[in-house]
Amino acid sequence: MKKPKVLILRTAGTNCDLETASAFKMAGGEPDLRHVRELVSGKTKLFDYGIVAIPGGFSYGDDVGAGRILANEIRGQLRELRGFIRSGRPVIGICNGFQVLVKAGILPHTPAGEQVASLSFNDSNRFEARWVRLRINLQSQSLFVKGLPEMIELPVAHGEGKFVVKSPKVLEMLKKTRSILMQYVNEEGKFAGYPYNPNGSLFNIAAVTNPEGNCLGLMPHPERYVTRWHHPNWTRQTFCKEGVGLELFRNAVNHALN
Amino acid sequence: MNAMKTEAETSGAAPAAWLAAAPRQLAEMNARAGWSLDAGELAAVQTHFRALKREPTRAEVETLAQTWSEHCKHKTFTSPILYREGKSTKRIKSLLKETIVEATAKLKKPWCLSVFEDNAGIVAFDKKWALAYKVETHNHPCAVEPYGGAETGVGGVVRDVLGAGLGAKPVLNTDVFCFAPPDYDGPLPSGTLHPKRTLTSVVAGVRDYGNRMGIPTAAGGVWFDAEYRHNPLVFVGTVGLLPRSAVKKSVKPGDLIVAAGGRTGRDGLHGATFSSAALDDSASVSAVQIGHAINEKKLLDALLRARDRGLYRGVTDCGAGGFSSAVGEMAALCGARGGAAVDLEKALFKTTEIAPWEAWVSESQERMVFAVPKEKLSAFAEVFSAEGVEHCVLGEFNDSGRLKVAWTGTVLVDLDLEFLHHGVPRRERQAVWETPKPAAKRASRAARRGEAGAALRWCLAHLNVCSREWIIRQYDHEVQAGTVVKPLQGLHHDGPGDATVIWPQAVVGEEGSYRGFGVGHGMNPSYGKLDPYAMAFSCVDEALSNLVCSGADVSQASLLDNFCWGDPEDPKELGRLVRAAIGCRDAALAFGAPFISGKDSLNNTYADAKGAKHSIPGTLLISATAPVPDVRQAVTMDFKTANNSVYMVGVTADELGGSLWEAFAGETGGRVPEVDGKRAKAALHALSAAIRSGLVLSAHDIREGGLVTAAAEMAFSGEVGVSIDLERVPRAKDAADPVTILFSESQSRFLLEVTPEKEKAFLKAMRGVTLARVGQTIANPILRVVDLDSRTLLEERLGELKAAWQRTLPAALGWPGLNGHNGHNGSSR
Repeated sequence: MKKPKVLILRTAGTNCDLETASAFKMAGGEPDLRHVRELVSGKTKLFDYGIVAIPGGFSYGDDVGAGRILANEIRGQLRELRGFIRSGRPVIGICNGFQVLVKAGILPHTPAGEQVASLSFNDSNRFEARWVRLRINLQSQSLFVKGLPEMIELPVAHGEGKFVVKSPKVLEMLKKTRSILMQYVNEEGKFAGYPYNPNGSLFNIAAVTNPEGNCLGLMPHPERYVTRWHHPNWTRQTFCKEGVGLELFRNAVNHALN
Repeated sequence: MNAMKTEAETSGAAPAAWLAAAPRQLAEMNARAGWSLDAGELAAVQTHFRALKREPTRAEVETLAQTWSEHCKHKTFTSPILYREGKSTKRIKSLLKETIVEATAKLKKPWCLSVFEDNAGIVAFDKKWALAYKVETHNHPCAVEPYGGAETGVGGVVRDVLGAGLGAKPVLNTDVFCFAPPDYDGPLPSGTLHPKRTLTSVVAGVRDYGNRMGIPTAAGGVWFDAEYRHNPLVFVGTVGLLPRSAVKKSVKPGDLIVAAGGRTGRDGLHGATFSSAALDDSASVSAVQIGHAINEKKLLDALLRARDRGLYRGVTDCGAGGFSSAVGEMAALCGARGGAAVDLEKALFKTTEIAPWEAWVSESQERMVFAVPKEKLSAFAEVFSAEGVEHCVLGEFNDSGRLKVAWTGTVLVDLDLEFLHHGVPRRERQAVWETPKPAAKRASRAARRGEAGAALRWCLAHLNVCSREWIIRQYDHEVQAGTVVKPLQGLHHDGPGDATVIWPQAVVGEEGSYRGFGVGHGMNPSYGKLDPYAMAFSCVDEALSNLVCSGADVSQASLLDNFCWGDPEDPKELGRLVRAAIGCRDAALAFGAPFISGKDSLNNTYADAKGAKHSIPGTLLISATAPVPDVRQAVTMDFKTANNSVYMVGVTADELGGSLWEAFAGETGGRVPEVDGKRAKAALHALSAAIRSGLVLSAHDIREGGLVTAAAEMAFSGEVGVSIDLERVPRAKDAADPVTILFSESQSRFLLEVTPEKEKAFLKAMRGVTLARVGQTIANPILRVVDLDSRTLLEERLGELKAAWQRTLPAALGWPGLNGHNGHNGSSR
C-alpha cells in the first residue's frame, strides 16, 4: 500500500519538525521536511502531498507576534494552501502552527478568509509547559478525532496560547458550526480555571477545526504523546498501551489513503 | 568598508612602546587595554618580539591575550603548583593532568571516543551514534547583565556541541545556578544586582534562548547561599548526538576558512579576558555579547544538513576570543605545523564602525568557522543560503606554521603558532591545605527529638530542597518528544525527579530502539567549606546516584567537572582547589567513571569598597551521563501504591557536617559526609542492575535533609503514605539517636519501593550490599516514623508537607494563581 506523503512545513525557528515527522511515520505516513522557501519558489509543489503539517516552534522568532510572519507568507505567497484545504485533504497546525493558521485567517474558517481570532499572551504572562486534560467535541466533523475518547491528556508548552476572538459573534459561529474541537477541563471534565486552563483561553478553547473537519489547529502537542512512555505517569500506569496523540496522526493518514 | 576606522584611530595609544617598555609601563598598557595578562606573560610577549626585532601590532597582542586568557588556556589548572598538606609537600606539574585527566587515562573506558581535546566530551551512545556533552559557566556576564548573559551562555554551550566533532544535534540543555537567597536583605555593594533580579532574569534568559532553539531544558538545579550575592554562578550544559563517523574533525592545507552565521560587530569585546578577571563595579556591559536564538537555530539547521552531505572537514565555534581563537585553534590542526592566512576585510559586518583588531577578537554571537574543501564550497553555499544563513570565505588554512591576518593588504597579525599556543609561561603557584582540628564534643541530639517534625518541614521548605517547579515550568522540557523521565514526577507531575532520561527516538529515527540516556548532577558547596575533597567525592556520588534512581547503567557512566573558584593567587584558596581536584580523581577511579570534559572558572571574587577581596565558596558541579539501555525500564521517585516494602540501601553514620540539620539546629563542627568508594561502587552498581531488571518500583537517593526528607518527597509526590521504623535502619555505632538517623547526610544511600512479589529476586540481586527493609507504603496519606523505642516519633500529613515544600519559591518570586493548584493537591488531608 502506498504511503501518503506528508509535507512538514519548515522555516527559520521551526522546532517540532522531527517529532512531528516521526509521529506521521509511526502513523503510516511518509513525512517530508520542506522549507517554506521551496514552496514559495515552486521547487516543491503543495499538491504533490496528501497531508500538510505546520509544526510547533518559534517561526522567525515570533517577532511581531507568534506565527505572524509565516502567516503573512502563507497569506501572500502560499495561497494554494486554501485550495489544498478546500480539496478536503488533512491539514494540521500544532502550537506555533495553530498560531500561523489563525493569523493567516484560515482558522476559524470564515467565507472571506479574514482573521477573526488570535492567540494572545498567557494570563500568567509567561511561557509554561505542563500536561493538560482536554474534552473533545465528538459532535464535530473533525476527521482527526475519530475513535478517540471524549477525555484525553496532552502536553502544552507556549507563552502565547490564549485564544481570543474579534467579537462575540465569532464564538457563536464557532459553536454553531461545531468548530470548537477541544477544551481545557479538570479531572472531572469540568471547566476549572488556571492551571487546568493553562493560558486563560476564551471558553477554554484549546483546538479549533474548520466546519468540514479536515483542517485542525491546536495548542497542545499530540506529537509529544505518541507512545505510553511520553506520559508523565507512565511509571505509575499499567493501563495505557500507547499515546493517544498518535490517533490524530493515524486518522489523518487513513483519511489521505482513502 | 572604506568607512572603517583605521587601527590607529581606535587602538588609543599606539603599541609602539613594547620593545623598550619597562615592566611598569607594560603593566599600565595591560590595565588600560583590558588584556588581563600578568607580568610574566607581558615579559614573554616582549621577549618574543625583541627577538623578532619588531613591535607587535595591537591585533597580535589582542590575539595573545585572548588565547592565553585563563578562560581559554586554564593556566592555573595546567601550571605547576607547590602543594603543602600538613607536613607533606608535593610539586604538581599540571593539576589537570595529574588528577582529572589521569583518572580517565587509567580507566581506559572503551566508550570514551573523544575526551579533553574537542569542544565537548564525546562518548559512544550506540553502534551508530555518539553523544557529546559540554557544561560551561557564564558567571561574570550574568553578574552584570543576567538576561543577556544567560542567553549567550546557552547559545555558547550549544555552539560548543555544534562544534564538537563535525557537529552534534542538541537534544538536551541543562542549567545549574548558584545565587544568594531571593529574599536576601543584607547590604549589597554598588553595581551588584539583587539576587531576586538576577535569578528571575537568568531563568528568563535560559528559557527564551533554549525554548526558541527547540532544545528541552530538562535537568539542573539551584543552590542558594548568601556568599554568591556578588558573584552568581550560572552553569549551562548541552548534550548532542552525532553519527560516530562524524566524531573526528580535520583540516587540510588549502581548505577554505569559511565563517557562517551572524555578522561581526562590536558586541562582546574582551569577553575571554573579562571573564578571567575579578569583578568590580566598573565591569563593562559591552563585554557581554548579544544573543539571537533564531539565528543560531538557522545555523544549526544548515550545519547539520551540510554535515550529513560531507561539505566540510572541520568546524569550531566562535566563542571566547572570536575569530582569533576559532581560526587559531583550527589552524593548529592543519598539517604538521598548522597555519592560516586570513583576509579579514572579507568578513561580514554589522557595522562599519569597527576597527580591524576589534573585528578579529569580537565575540559577536551565532558564528561558526568551517574548514571547507574548495570543491565543496558551492554546495556548502547552497545549503546555507537555503536556510537563510550568511557565510563568507575569510582565507585559507595552510602548513606555514604561522597565523597571518591581513586587512586590505596590510598585515594585522603574523604570529608563530607554536608561540601562540605553547608560549604562555608557566608560573608556579603556592597552595596549602590544613586539615581542620576535630571539633569539641557537642550535646546529645536525642534531647531534640521533639523538634523532628518542625525540622522536617523546615528542611522541605529550605531553598536548597524546595520545589523548583517555578523554574522548570518555564522551560519547554518536552520539545523533541524525548523526555521520558521528566524533571517533575509523581501523580500530579510535580515531585522532584532525580535524573532526567532522554529517549532520542525522533532524532535517531530508528523505530523499535528504546535506548536512551540519563543526566544527573551533584553539587554541595556546604560540604566544600569543611573539606573540598569530601565535597568532590559526594558530588560524584550524588550525580551517579541520581542516574541509578532513574534506571541508567552507571557502570558505563561518564563525568564532567566544572570548578568555580575564588582567587588562585591565594594559597589557601588554591589549596582547596587542589584538594577538590584530587577528590575528583579519587572518586572517578573509585566509581570507574571517567571524566570526559570539564571547565574551570577562577577569579570569582569581588573587591568591596575598601578594596578587600572576597572569594565565593569553592564550588564544584559534577554532571554525569550514562546510557539507559531500555527506557521502558526507567523508574521515578514517587511511591506508587500502598502495601509495598520500603528498603533502605547504605549505612547511616553521624555525618551532619554542613547538613541542613546543623543549619536548623544552629550546630557546628559535625563530621562532613565521606564516601567509602569501594562500598559505594558496589551498592550503586548492584542497585543500577536491579532497577534495570525491573525489580524496583520507585527509587530516590538520600541527600540534603536526610532520610526523612527523602521519604517525605517520595510519599507526597505519589500521594502514598509511608511508615518507617528507625530501629531497622542500617547504621554505624555513632548514629545512636533518632535525630541523627533521620537527618544524617551520609552518602550512597537510597530509599526504594519494592513489591512483595519482587522482594526475593530484589534481595538476591542486591546480595553483598548493606540494606534493610525499613518500612512500608501505606494507604493513609501520612508519613509515620517509629522511634528506636517503638513509640511513634512522627506522624505528618502529606498534604501539609507538600505545601511546605511547594510554597517557598512562588512566595519569594511570585506566580499568580499557582496557589490554587497547591490547594487542590494539598487540601483535605
